Amino acid sequence: MSNPIIIEDIRPLIALIAPWFGLIGIMMAGEKRANLRELITFSAASVQVAVVLSMLPLVLGGSIIEFHIWQIFSYVPMLLRVDGPGLLFALVASILWIATTLYSIGYMRGLHEHAQTRFYSFFALSLSATMGVAFSANLLTIYFFYEMLSVSTFPLVTHMQDKEARTGGRTYLGYLLFTSLCLLLPALSWCYIWLDGGHMTMDFLADTGKIGHFSETTQIVLLFLFTYGFAKAGLMPFHSWLPGAMVAPTPVSALLHAVAVVKVGVFCVYRVYADIYGTEVLSKISGEEWAMILASATILISSLIALSQDNLKRRLAFSTIGQLGYIILGAAIATDRGQGGAVLHIAMHACGKITLFFCAGAIFVATGKKYVSQLRGLGRRMPITMGAFMIGSLSVIGLPPLGGFISKWYLALGALDREAMWVVAVLLISSLLNVFYLLPVAVTAFFRSEDSEEGEEPIKEAPWPCVVPLAFTALGCFVLFFWSDALLKLAGVTP
Amino acid sequence: MENAIAWIFIFPLFGSVFVALSRYVNIKLAYPISVLSMAGALWAGVETLQQAMASPNHEISYLLGGWTLDLYPRGVGIEFRADLLASMIALIVLGVGLLVTVYSKIHVEKETPNKEAIYYSLMLLQITGLAGICLTGDAFNLYVLIEVAALTGYGLIAMGSNRAAAATYNYLILGTIGASLYLLGVGYLYIKTGTLNMVGIREVIEANGLADSATMQVAFVLIGVGILIKMAFFPFHAWLPNAYCNAPTTTSCLLAPLVTKVMIYVMIRMVLSVFGVEFSFESTIWVSCMPWLVVIAIVCAAFLALSQREIKRMLAYLIVAEVGYMVGGVWIYNYYGLIGSIFHIISDACMTLCLFLGAGIILHKCKTTHFDGLRGLFSRMPLTMIGFFIGGFSIIGLPPTCGFFSKWYLITGGMVSGRWEYMVVLMFSTMVMVVLFFRLIERIHLAVDESGKDLGKGHGDLGLTKEQTRFDEAPLVMLVPLLVSAATVLIIGVYNQDVVNQIETFLQAYDLPKGVEYK
Amino acid sequence: MEGGSLVSELFIERLNYCIYVILLLIGLWAMLAKRNLVKKLIGMSIFQTAIILFYVSIAVKKDATIPIYLAEHDPHGSHAKVATEENATENQVAYNPVELKPETVKGYANPLPHVLMLTAIVVGVATLGLALALTQRIYQGYGTIEEDELLDKLDRADERASQSPIIKEKRNAQRRKSTQRAKAKAAAGSVTKSNMAAKPSAVTKGKKKAQPKKSPSKTSATKAKPKPKS
Repeated sequence: MSNPIIIEDIRPLIALIAPWFGLIGIMMAGEKRANLRELITFSAASVQVAVVLSMLPLVLGGSIIEFHIWQIFSYVPMLLRVDGPGLLFALVASILWIATTLYSIGYMRGLHEHAQTRFYSFFALSLSATMGVAFSANLLTIYFFYEMLSVSTFPLVTHMQDKEARTGGRTYLGYLLFTSLCLLLPALSWCYIWLDGGHMTMDFLADTGKIGHFSETTQIVLLFLFTYGFAKAGLMPFHSWLPGAMVAPTPVSALLHAVAVVKVGVFCVYRVYADIYGTEVLSKISGEEWAMILASATILISSLIALSQDNLKRRLAFSTIGQLGYIILGAAIATDRGQGGAVLHIAMHACGKITLFFCAGAIFVATGKKYVSQLRGLGRRMPITMGAFMIGSLSVIGLPPLGGFISKWYLALGALDREAMWVVAVLLISSLLNVFYLLPVAVTAFFRSEDSEEGEEPIKEAPWPCVVPLAFTALGCFVLFFWSDALLKLAGVTP
Repeated sequence: MENAIAWIFIFPLFGSVFVALSRYVNIKLAYPISVLSMAGALWAGVETLQQAMASPNHEISYLLGGWTLDLYPRGVGIEFRADLLASMIALIVLGVGLLVTVYSKIHVEKETPNKEAIYYSLMLLQITGLAGICLTGDAFNLYVLIEVAALTGYGLIAMGSNRAAAATYNYLILGTIGASLYLLGVGYLYIKTGTLNMVGIREVIEANGLADSATMQVAFVLIGVGILIKMAFFPFHAWLPNAYCNAPTTTSCLLAPLVTKVMIYVMIRMVLSVFGVEFSFESTIWVSCMPWLVVIAIVCAAFLALSQREIKRMLAYLIVAEVGYMVGGVWIYNYYGLIGSIFHIISDACMTLCLFLGAGIILHKCKTTHFDGLRGLFSRMPLTMIGFFIGGFSIIGLPPTCGFFSKWYLITGGMVSGRWEYMVVLMFSTMVMVVLFFRLIERIHLAVDESGKDLGKGHGDLGLTKEQTRFDEAPLVMLVPLLVSAATVLIIGVYNQDVVNQIETFLQAYDLPKGVEYK
Repeated sequence: MEGGSLVSELFIERLNYCIYVILLLIGLWAMLAKRNLVKKLIGMSIFQTAIILFYVSIAVKKDATIPIYLAEHDPHGSHAKVATEENATENQVAYNPVELKPETVKGYANPLPHVLMLTAIVVGVATLGLALALTQRIYQGYGTIEEDELLDKLDRADERASQSPIIKEKRNAQRRKSTQRAKAKAAAGSVTKSNMAAKPSAVTKGKKKAQPKKSPSKTSATKAKPKPKS
């Protein structure tokens, strides 16, 4: 990589702070002025998207934008930096926030949900934390925003405030906080303290590969502490929080557990693998194949579990776990194309999976149905929804001309670069398993006739604020395929 | 102003006299006079800290009565030494005192009616005692001030109900044993060194190589055990939960953040300044056994806290666990551990204050701090809950609160010194604290009772009447100190590097190992 | 001999330590093992006295007198002028004490421990006074100063205090219901039966109006009861 030009600019901070202003506006508008409240959320999201988009040309041109927030320790600052992968992630999250806000309006109002102000407020906070993770320049900053995300998503997961919410919330927070406080924090302090008698700033740009000065054992122990410490990445066996968090309302599952929270986890893991270790150091550690093996095991096992799930959201949850495994696998392959494919998969999977979750929620709002076995013939009644579901499934499976194909292609290429044929085999087998658990849903909906007791019903989609976003994201899967050049450049892979 | 350090004592001391006299004039004057005295003392404390930071060897030495340091080893007068550590902790004591004094108005009127003058008078004397413990440089003077703080503390606690009087009796017995053991230890020190001045004692020890003397070993043990009793180190903690939970609300808000932390300061002072690093860490066996005792202490305190169903009791056991952290930080014999321990004194005082102020507000509004009575508080008192849970997140150790940074340094110390048991117990207790505070959030926020039965009718209904969920925030005189202390928790976290720089300047004078060579 | 020198080292040279240790342990034992609160305080007093004795004992010197200036050494006495010229040092500041020569110093016991112990005695007195006040308060509140009875009462009080407010509410509601039922029964009972005035407390609770004509003595008997029995 040629020496990038570093520009000092306040725009990363604005992208981070915009949701906070939105939060103040949302709380002041309150339950009484619901439309104003939604408008404020939209404006905050739009400001965020606008700022992120405005940084796109600079980053595509090879520069890096930085903003120094505060010197937390004398050696380690809280620093924001916008580089390719970070901007890609931020772009995905912020654009999908707008879509999800529109969707939430339809969903929450359609079901007459309670405490909507609280919902939108914590949603804004979570997006601010996501932006923080995307733009973090060193491990300490990313840790701060990682914890902020865990705490700000808790009220969203326990939104229903009943017994199930309690169980779901406990599993969620238990896994996330225990791993981050017990595994991650020691690893962070170790990195801080022990390099050549001084302190490592843990910076992603400046300190790549320095971890190679530690002993082999230390390197591999730290690698696993980081991988499991970022439990949001859903690597087995610390994956149970994801199906547990499905008690949340669907917009939460859609944006947070398909896009923001889980992608934060894998993005952090990617940063550690690519920017703290770097491909040279990573490929030389003995025992590093275990990371790839664990990721592959996660992919295969979760796909198999997904096959057996009848609850649609749970099926999608396990599918997500598998797809996250792809990203970790790509990062662990330790080649440039593999890691680029992993970053790209963040975007592609986000778009595809959010479409699937939107459809699941729309089905629930329109018909109250939660189980795959109940979806017979639904394609007649909700053609747009099930059509989008089909497109999303194909993207997740990885067929052209949809976005998912490009990322899987680069993952395979990265594996070939390292001559790990078994990884390619894992990719193929898992794609096949994806077919088996995703396609039947759409097929059942379209090609099976409805239960006769339902009778002939006209087309009755979910409310339009639910349908428009899912159509938008389904279209996005196509657009991402055709726009993949720019995205690949952001991901750091020359196409 | 030159004698700022003397004004730290003059304000509360004379203030307490005036407050006690206000009983005969107009008892309503007690509150304003105490607030003004505390404000004056805080201002003097800030001045002292600034002077200490600005002076050439980072300390101010003030001798009472105009005595000098001429006669070997360090004069015969009573010295007040405000070095960086002492002035920082004195500042915290005074700041907490001011916040609690401002907060106390409604509680004191409600819980000890017609006794406000006596109560505030005792409070001001307590602050005098605690600030004096921080600033004194004389070992026997320390005993006197420990007893001043203890006696006024007993009075403050016993002013509550009869149950409080019984708890105070227990506290009195144990506290007297502790302070007397300390006194005995000072006697042994005096026999061998001939001086009572803290720095003077160390000079004599180092000049004459007294490290192996049996007398000094005995002195060390006596002083150590005495201070451990007074700081409620497990298993000498039995007095603390009853004393702090049955006391009047303001008393627990004042004593809980301060007394045990000041005793830990005394331990650090004894270990570093009086006995010296070489004696304390290399000539005694404390370094090998204390971390294990700390492990037992933290584990037991964490389990005891888990079994409580009431906020104040839970917080009392949390104090015991935090004491374990700080004692462990000292005895892992490491530079970072000691930084962590000292920083934790400062941050723990602020976060314990935050939590106790919040618990007091909850008690005032809900008449109970039992977990079953707390549903719906987020909509009733949102600001109070924000303040309370900032303190809670600080105890857990979430950034950017100060608790995160003290855990950071303590973990670093544990790893770097090779004492893995301390690090593991830190992680374990962090998990327990996560459970404690999120269980509390669950009880407040969710419509589920303890056994898992749904209350409410679903869709966020908590099973409460409209009256119970109406916005009913705490009165400003209680809310503002809570929010100020929550803000302090955040500010100390964000500005932690400034505080740590001062701590590091203080520790430069002592030769502490910076870590095992690790590759 | 070994045994002899041990005895002499321990009991003769260090007699003061032995005494104070014994007293200390007596005091400590009393504080912890005695069951009466006042006896514990006596133990505390013994404990603190032991420490005071220890300090005073270390101030002792051979052939020394108490640490009060003899007339010839007193810097403020009649021999003052002579004393200051004989004993003056070079760096004397006006209000510093006159530094005595080493031979003179040997004649006085060490004053510093005495001074320290004055303070300690004061502290001990204050503590004892406070503790006795607490004991009196406990007696007023709980009616006992025996530790086991007191602990019983405290345990029961603690249990009651730490009850969940939901359980307390339920119990209060039940109690309210049962008293209402008893009142209703009393009203019904006293209307139908005429000789029920002799029945105990629950019936007599303020239902004098409902009572029909009774024998005058019984009526006055019931009227004479000013407060209903609880």
